[in-house]
Amino acid sequence: MADTIDARIWRGGADGRFETFSVPRRASQTVLDVVTYIQRKLDPTLSYRFACRVGMCGSCAMTVNGKPRWTCRTHVARLEDGPLTVEPLRNLPRIKDLAADMAPFFDKWAKAGGRFVPSTDAEADFAIVEPASAERRAADAGIECIGCAVCYSACDLVSWNPDYLGPAALNRAWTLVNDVRDAGNADRLDAVAGDAGCHACHSQQSCREHCPKSLNPTASIAGLKRATLRAAWKGGP
Amino acid sequence: MKLRARAETLLWGAQRASAAVLAVCVLAHLATILYAVRGGLTAAEILSRTRGSFALAFFYGLFVLAVAVHAPVGLRAILRETFGWRGVPLDLGTAAFAGFLVWFGWRAVAGLFA
Ligand code: SF4
Ligand code: SF4
Ligand code: FES
Repeated sequence: MADTIDARIWRGGADGRFETFSVPRRASQTVLDVVTYIQRKLDPTLSYRFACRVGMCGSCAMTVNGKPRWTCRTHVARLEDGPLTVEPLRNLPRIKDLAADMAPFFDKWAKAGGRFVPSTDAEADFAIVEPASAERRAADAGIECIGCAVCYSACDLVSWNPDYLGPAALNRAWTLVNDVRDAGNADRLDAVAGDAGCHACHSQQSCREHCPKSLNPTASIAGLKRATLRAAWKGGP
Repeated sequence: MKLRARAETLLWGAQRASAAVLAVCVLAHLATILYAVRGGLTAAEILSRTRGSFALAFFYGLFVLAVAVHAPVGLRAILRETFGWRGVPLDLGTAAFAGFLVWFGWRAVAGLFA
């Protein structure tokens, strides 16, 4: 194996171009290591985003060899052979180089009713949530989301319908639907129904396939379909 | 639930339910055809069996109804997603398509029955 990596890196905004850098190959090297090497040693004007470097913060996701991935935990040695191509995440505006604008992604979390609505005031005692209860287990299944937008970038429906709330926002809504302390479900179920919400999802699981946390937003969306149908049938939430 | 969200959800539910009906109807339809044509079949023979059969009229009447629910809801979703059509014209257009399917479907069933 060559001792250098040819890294094709996106430069500029929407109408940018690729620039190729030669980066020394190292053991256990991640894609984020490659990008950081370029920024530190070859071109300090390269813009990109990261924070934790250990797969917790969700800020380092980029399109690597055509697929959305978390770069801090994607090892170069485990990728397909050939040059390494790194671009910003798909389905989001490109700000500069590898940084995508995450605002539309998180705006949709708010639109999908992603805010916790307390059902008691701060004076109330601790809520008791049985760990084995069906609601708690359903919420647990989706709660480890790190907000990386990999699923959003992998979802074709987002590229066809820019209003589509997307897998992560809907997954978040589903965890709150199952939060027994939350009182916001009436508005939330309204927000996630219909053409921009859960009923538009094709259930083909590209989101699940790419989610670095192995979450299953498709299953959460299916849960929302059931919950909205129940509410619509009864006429109330 | 708000009216719009409720309507969208119920349409989705109707499409799911009609899909379940269609699955049964298509299988029953295919099985009947395979069974009926074993020794060859003429139009006259078909009509002699279908005329006056309430079971047939009910079964195919239901089949047509399931198609008339399922197809327009799906078409509406496809038109929205592919061409970005939205709003009242889309709703009226696909409702008209549903009416068209029911009218011609039931007319065909009546032709076999009467
Ligand atoms: S399953 Fe639904 S949310 Fe997930 S990628 Fe497909 S359309 Fe998008
Ligand atoms: S569901 Fe998975 S891919 Fe989507 S934002 Fe959360 S952690 Fe990232
Ligand atoms: S840098 Fe935090 S998840 Fe990659």
